[in-house]
Amino acid sequence: MSNASTITVSRTTPSARRRKWTTPDFVLRLLSPLAILLLWEIASRAGLIPARVIAAPSEISTTLWELIRSGELLRHLLVSLQRAVTGLSIGVAIGVSAALITGLSKRGEIALDSPMQMLRTIPSLALVPLFILWFGIGEFTKVALIVMGTTFPIYLNLFAGIRNIDPKLVEAANTLGLNRRELIWHVILPGALPSFFVGLRYSLGISWLALVFVEQINTTAGIGFLASDARDFMRTDVIVICLLIYSLLGLLIDGLIRTLERLALAWRPSFIRT
Amino acid sequence: MNAHSKIDFPAAVSLRGVVRQFGDNRVIDRLDLDIAPGEFVALLGASGSGKTTLLRSLAGLDPIEGGELLAPRARAAVFQEPRLMPWKRAWKNVTLGLRVANPRERAVQALTEVGLAHRLEAYPATLSGGESQRVALARSLVREPKLLLLDEPFAALDALTRIRMHRLIIDLWQRHTPAVLLVTHDVDEAILLADRIIVLQHGRIADALQVDLARPRDNGQAGFNAIRTRLLALLGVEKDDPESIGRDHNPFLAQGYPLNAIAI
Repeated sequence: MSNASTITVSRTTPSARRRKWTTPDFVLRLLSPLAILLLWEIASRAGLIPARVIAAPSEISTTLWELIRSGELLRHLLVSLQRAVTGLSIGVAIGVSAALITGLSKRGEIALDSPMQMLRTIPSLALVPLFILWFGIGEFTKVALIVMGTTFPIYLNLFAGIRNIDPKLVEAANTLGLNRRELIWHVILPGALPSFFVGLRYSLGISWLALVFVEQINTTAGIGFLASDARDFMRTDVIVICLLIYSLLGLLIDGLIRTLERLALAWRPSFIRT
Repeated sequence: MNAHSKIDFPAAVSLRGVVRQFGDNRVIDRLDLDIAPGEFVALLGASGSGKTTLLRSLAGLDPIEGGELLAPRARAAVFQEPRLMPWKRAWKNVTLGLRVANPRERAVQALTEVGLAHRLEAYPATLSGGESQRVALARSLVREPKLLLLDEPFAALDALTRIRMHRLIIDLWQRHTPAVLLVTHDVDEAILLADRIIVLQHGRIADALQVDLARPRDNGQAGFNAIRTRLLALLGVEKDDPESIGRDHNPFLAQGYPLNAIAI
């Protein structure tokens, strides 16, 4: 027993070492992209990379500034966002409604699940010819394609989430005297929420992808239009800007979903702050 | 449906000829059992003897195929796992399904009784096993049950926590005086807690035994060991044969021999 007192516990080393390394690590991570940009710029100026392949970084940033200042970028961005948000909202609404019907009732599952599964297997972009014939080539078709793409990830994930609720919790709820409505509200829906968020993430990604595609067919506004227009004039600088915008918005939306998750799923062990 | 499963019996539990079967397999076989108001009954038996099945029928979770089952409507169950809703804070879990005017007040009161007044706002994921089980107890007690059903509620807890929980459950039982049916594997636990111990075998009562030891009890008490030896013999475990406690692996039992054939 007396030996125990001689043991010393070192508690500082791991965290201290990590702290010492954070700043240099961050700077190092920035160094290589900066070096690539610099090489790219030099190569462009030296004429090694022609502007029709890809524009120089300096040229891209000048064009970006022009687009921002003239308000053109914002205009296209808002058009794109509106399409994405409209399509996504409708898709999520349909997916959630369908999943609630099939998830919460056996009859609903029998009636609705197989048509949903059949529709799910059709790649939404393969519907373009049919949609154009039906709805023309206007705004409706564009939004409808986004709806088609975003409905099913929500549907599948939420349905699975509802069906995978721990039966023991449902049983506990029954012994506590919850009625059906309370069971759905207090047990099933909160339990299925994590799966809903998984579906929402997928849907957002798909809405973005569908946007890129639909905005290249017969449009006069939107980021996709900006890109295809730039293609016609061989403006590689504008194309790169469009790509940047897509990736930035993707990151932004992902961050938004993460924040929503953190708020809505505060009870999950990974989110609990102690 | 030839089974009569009436509810709202005023005092406690009464079973007459209760049958519960899955296909041809009779898990509860014409069982008669009465539990007096405020009585603490422990149900012992090997795995597959029908203990949990009986408790589930009493909790109203499963129907019965025959006989008559009378149990109070005000009943509550605590299972081996706490079964708390992970997305609800402790006090919200306690008041779930409770239809009273002042739920929060009642939850605070119940959680204070189980010693968790400081964890009202905690999410279940942040609670220890013992704390979770105490929240589950509070959730049962807040409903003021006439019958409290405990399905191995301490089995998943460590030994020290279990001792504390034993004290707590006796304390709560003496204060609220519900009839208690405790299903357990643990012979010592049954003797420590119960007024009466029932040994279940193949869905029938093999033996019932009044425990008249003074409370608070401990396992060094005079008379404790005599009861223990008798129960272990009934359960097919000889005193000098600790190996056979794992009854699931007993080759005789696996073949369906009645326990008495081996032990008695």
